[in-house]
Amino acid sequence: MMAPLWSDYMIWLLVVALWGWGLILRRSPQVREQWIQIFQSRIAMVSAIILLAYASVALLDSVRFDTAQKGQITLLDMAFESIATQSERTYSAPFADREYNQSLVTRDNGDVEQQYLPLKWVQAEVSIGWATLQVLLSAALLTALLVGLHLAWRARVHKLGLAEYGRNVWRDQTRLPWRTAYVTVLLMLFVWGWLGYLSQFYHVLGTDKVGQDVLYTAIKSIRTGVLIGVLTTLVMLPLALFLGISAGLFKGWVDDAIQYLYTTLNSIPGVLLIAAAVLVMQTILNNNPQWFGSTEERADLRLLFLVFILGMTSWTGLCRLLRAETLKLSQVDFVTSARAFGVSRLTIIVRHIMPNVMHIVLIAVVLDFSGLVLAEAVLSYVGVGVDPTTHSWGNMINQARLEMAREPMVWWSLFSAFVFMFLLVLAANLFSDRVQKVLDPRTQTR
Amino acid sequence: MTAVLDLRQLTLQAGSEVLVDSVSFAIEPGEIFALVGESGSGKSLTAMAIMRLLPDALSVTAGEAHLHGQNLFALPEMAMQKVRGKKIAMIFQEPMTSLNPVMTIGAQVSEVLRLHLSLSGRAARQTTIDLFEEVGIPNPHERYGWYPHQLSGGQKQRVMIAMALACEPDLLIADEPTTALDVTIQAQVLSLLKRLRDRHGLSILFITHDMGVVYEMADRVAVMQKGRVIEQAKTQHFFDHPTEPYTQKLLADAVPVSEFKPVLERPPLLEVTDLKVHFPIKKGILQRTVDHVRAVDGVSLSIGKGETLALVGESGSGKSTIGQAILKLVKATHGRVVFQQNAQSHELVALKEKQMKPLRQKLQVIFQDPFSALNPRMSVGEIIREGMQSLKVGPRDKAGQQKRVSELLEQVGLLPEHAQRYPHEFSGGQRQRIGIARALAVEPELIICDEPTSALDVSVRAQVLSLLNHLQRQYQLSFLFITHDLSIIPAVAHKVAVMQAGKIVEQGEVEQVMTQPQHPYTRQLLDSAPSLIRKRLA
Amino acid sequence: MLAYMVRRLIYAVPILIGVNLITFALFFMVNTPDDMARAQLEAKQTTPEMIQAWKQSHGYDKPLFVNNESSGLDTVTETLFVQESLKLFMLDFGQADNGRQISEDIQERMWPSLAIALPTFLIGLVTNIALALLIVLFRGSVLDTATMIVAVAIMSISGLFYIIAGQVLFSKMLHWVPISGYESGWEMWRFLILPVAIGVFAGLGAGVRWYRSIFLEEINKDYIRTARAKGLSEIRLLFGHLLQNGLLPILTGVVVIIPTLFMGSLIMESFFGIPGLGSYTIDAINAQDFGIVKAMVFLGALLYIIGLILTDLSYAFFDPRVRFDQ
Repeated sequence: MMAPLWSDYMIWLLVVALWGWGLILRRSPQVREQWIQIFQSRIAMVSAIILLAYASVALLDSVRFDTAQKGQITLLDMAFESIATQSERTYSAPFADREYNQSLVTRDNGDVEQQYLPLKWVQAEVSIGWATLQVLLSAALLTALLVGLHLAWRARVHKLGLAEYGRNVWRDQTRLPWRTAYVTVLLMLFVWGWLGYLSQFYHVLGTDKVGQDVLYTAIKSIRTGVLIGVLTTLVMLPLALFLGISAGLFKGWVDDAIQYLYTTLNSIPGVLLIAAAVLVMQTILNNNPQWFGSTEERADLRLLFLVFILGMTSWTGLCRLLRAETLKLSQVDFVTSARAFGVSRLTIIVRHIMPNVMHIVLIAVVLDFSGLVLAEAVLSYVGVGVDPTTHSWGNMINQARLEMAREPMVWWSLFSAFVFMFLLVLAANLFSDRVQKVLDPRTQTR
Repeated sequence: MTAVLDLRQLTLQAGSEVLVDSVSFAIEPGEIFALVGESGSGKSLTAMAIMRLLPDALSVTAGEAHLHGQNLFALPEMAMQKVRGKKIAMIFQEPMTSLNPVMTIGAQVSEVLRLHLSLSGRAARQTTIDLFEEVGIPNPHERYGWYPHQLSGGQKQRVMIAMALACEPDLLIADEPTTALDVTIQAQVLSLLKRLRDRHGLSILFITHDMGVVYEMADRVAVMQKGRVIEQAKTQHFFDHPTEPYTQKLLADAVPVSEFKPVLERPPLLEVTDLKVHFPIKKGILQRTVDHVRAVDGVSLSIGKGETLALVGESGSGKSTIGQAILKLVKATHGRVVFQQNAQSHELVALKEKQMKPLRQKLQVIFQDPFSALNPRMSVGEIIREGMQSLKVGPRDKAGQQKRVSELLEQVGLLPEHAQRYPHEFSGGQRQRIGIARALAVEPELIICDEPTSALDVSVRAQVLSLLNHLQRQYQLSFLFITHDLSIIPAVAHKVAVMQAGKIVEQGEVEQVMTQPQHPYTRQLLDSAPSLIRKRLA
Repeated sequence: MLAYMVRRLIYAVPILIGVNLITFALFFMVNTPDDMARAQLEAKQTTPEMIQAWKQSHGYDKPLFVNNESSGLDTVTETLFVQESLKLFMLDFGQADNGRQISEDIQERMWPSLAIALPTFLIGLVTNIALALLIVLFRGSVLDTATMIVAVAIMSISGLFYIIAGQVLFSKMLHWVPISGYESGWEMWRFLILPVAIGVFAGLGAGVRWYRSIFLEEINKDYIRTARAKGLSEIRLLFGHLLQNGLLPILTGVVVIIPTLFMGSLIMESFFGIPGLGSYTIDAINAQDFGIVKAMVFLGALLYIIGLILTDLSYAFFDPRVRFDQ
């Protein structure tokens, strides 16, 4: 039975909204041209595919079922069922077949001895090399299939023979860098397949203090990171758009009031404001246990509150940009001309202002995304982040701080969180770079 | 005599696109050599190539530039730096932005002296002050420590000239040095350049699009079109016997029409009485209004049906503000604007926006900058339909409106299929036509044309002006034609009003004002116009 | 000029009141004076009388925003909000939950914060600008592209990772510097060097990119073309004209930060055990000590506003075009 949480609803709502927005944008040949230009860069293409992979993991993790045996599980849990359930006793290193620390064991004869206990769920007899080869072959096959379908579709669009179009791709003579895209897809499929396949026999990234598989935690954290990055925008965007454009267009006391509002909010140090709001939120949650039925729902509600708080504190920057741009636009001749036609303020906003500030919004949204993913880690460290029971990179790093102090070091939690986070943020940053380069009129002259 | 600069077969490319194609010319000592062409003809690129200051994307693919026999293109960059500013100096079109805003003008000029002549601080300062004196900057001692923003445009250009002259260069490249200046200032700067040429025996490569300036300044002329030099001659010969059809056209368009329009005796459509627009200046802790900028200060004028009134003035004279106040886009502080409609008088200043809306259909506007006048995110069809939708003019169904858009586009000399395209696909002149179609769409009676031809090349300007005249005859349109350009007034206007500092100093029929100016300012304006234009106007 | 300053200062007051209002609303939404009294009184059974007495002695017996028992102006002033705000405006932050005076704590902890934040800021600023200028000199080359990719990579790593990795590498494995702690006097540098280095490095990516884009925007302007036409070499151009003009937009982003350096860095101080205001704040958040959080919020806002005013002043000082005559 489906049992979605509030955040699941929101994330799917966002998908639908984005899809609708995309349909509207498709109609403008200019916007299409700009997007094609964005994807003409190889780096942007690779980044977009990586982002898409992260997003699809987050979406898989947002289709939730209630099951009798295992409680609430998502599609992602089903895909990684082996590591979701196979917990060890405590720390173990990646690919190890024994625990990381010695335990005291009482032998049958009564002797007490220190020894490294074997892990319960590891099948060390499976050859890693052989498994890698298997995965590589399957990934290649799957990629070939996908590439073949895609080629056939593109060839039909361009009215070319399949062979001819394939040759163009091979020589990298297509308008969009499809060859790069195919290689990226192959690599991604291989890495995911490798992790997924080997995780049936090993703890590929080791286990944490309570024996939970680190790979599983890292993958589950994707949803949290993506959710905070994306949903915050959903809260922040309407505020920034509405207030920024109003301030710029109506001027006078409206402008004064809005400027006062964002200067005031801006003047409070960001972390402190968030911290104070989160403390309040925690107390509210504690005082209203009737709002949620389970720990999952509580954690989910806390996540949503956090998103809301982040949204309420992060709209000021974009609002200021939009205000300045609207001020500039409201003096431009085409707006004057619209006023000379007696066009209403609302129509001026919708028809003249909004389309001409969209590039600022888009650049800000893509840039904010990576900032928010990074912020989650810091907030969790400060103790005002997501619920400690929620899987998140912040919680992983937070825990890793103590693990790094152990002798010998437990480094794999930090390593995993770092790699997963770094890839997402790097891809987002590189992509936003490209978006900015194409959309920002100031960089175009260069 | 050997040439100062001998340019041979210069070819410039951006990738595979040829921007300047085998351009050759030589400049003799003490000669002013004019390079004339419309925008995009490659004249400025040629100058930048001589200075070797081309943007990275462009490269010289062939040709040589010999300065006193030394090929500049063969010099290493270090040696070229000793040529720039010392042997070849350059002044630019935009004096407003061409000076470093955070450095005093004195320091900027003495920097050249210290760099090239290794003068000591004190000697450089003294030389700078002498230079300021020479180029006509008052109080040079005091102004040495001034910053560029404290100077007017004309004075900034004088500073640029002082900087260029500092090391007594062999060649001065002047890239449209007076285009951004008002006519009276232009005349002063031009005569300064001429005087300096005579005194120092300077050679000048003078780049311009303005035939009037060429006539005034040049000894020899070369015309560029699409990257090629198509005609080269001595100035007098050039103006008397141009050989190329393109050149003939260019000369004809320089002063569009020399016949004055017959004066119409029509009842006024729009009457403006004692209009004032004041903007407050706020000061002090409480931001009290201590004074006003009197942008428009008691202006009265009237425009008859089917008539054009030209409003002439220099920048900052308040002429554009009048147009905006009539349209109620800025608030008038005082005065009456009466518009005749259906045998009824409407006083616009007191009207609320809602009452104004029906009248907006009758009053339309065309802007100066064809690039900012059209929303880049809307198709041409949407742009033209906007007014029809908002003011409910013409057919109400979409098919009918589209048909009307097609008609309008054809009327302004565009094609019906252009309705699907977006503004960035059009040239400046085409955009201006779209702007005209947009105004026409609501069937107005009065169109306020705010410098509609200032940003256009002369040949395009002539086309737009004749389009406006044609539309006026067809629809009995009235125009308030705001301009700073005296040369086009006879071609468009029946009456003219001359503005200075928010006030109209003289108005009347075009012929009378142009031939027998009464007010000293009008006379000054006319005297400042290049003699080519004066000759045709007289 | 003076009039302008006065106006800016007067304008700061409503903002600070707004800040107080926000903290107040957040604070009392969940934490009534009764709750505070109960938490503070250590007795197992609290009686209403004890609570009342505590509230009276701590000044929490007044209503929040409107005092209906008073008349005239007092209905507004004889309230908790106004009384507490006034105290804040006098920089009297009251007591922390552990009974210490917050103002004294702040004065004491300000200096370690500054000892770490100021060098990080200054070294970072100089390094970023120098690197950015260097890249601008080589703009469009392979070096430019490579540096930009490295810069994005540096930006994409969480600051927490730099700190943990730095501590492990330089303290735990190489034993170059102590892992954490603080000492006043000259021996301080041993504790400061690692956090400062990490702080500078972590800021490198974003900083260099930002300054580079500022310089690149400047370098296409007309006055640079004029300077080239004068015969200036590229180096003189960069340091003589470009840097001077590029510094103006940099000022906007940088000067506003300077006063807030006093607030210290939450993460850095807490990881390195520096007894500054950052770790003070973080401890307060973890202990849910609202008195300290409130004080720090107010202090942060105050310093930010001072930063804004300083920004304007620095413009008047460095940009000849800006004058405050109007």
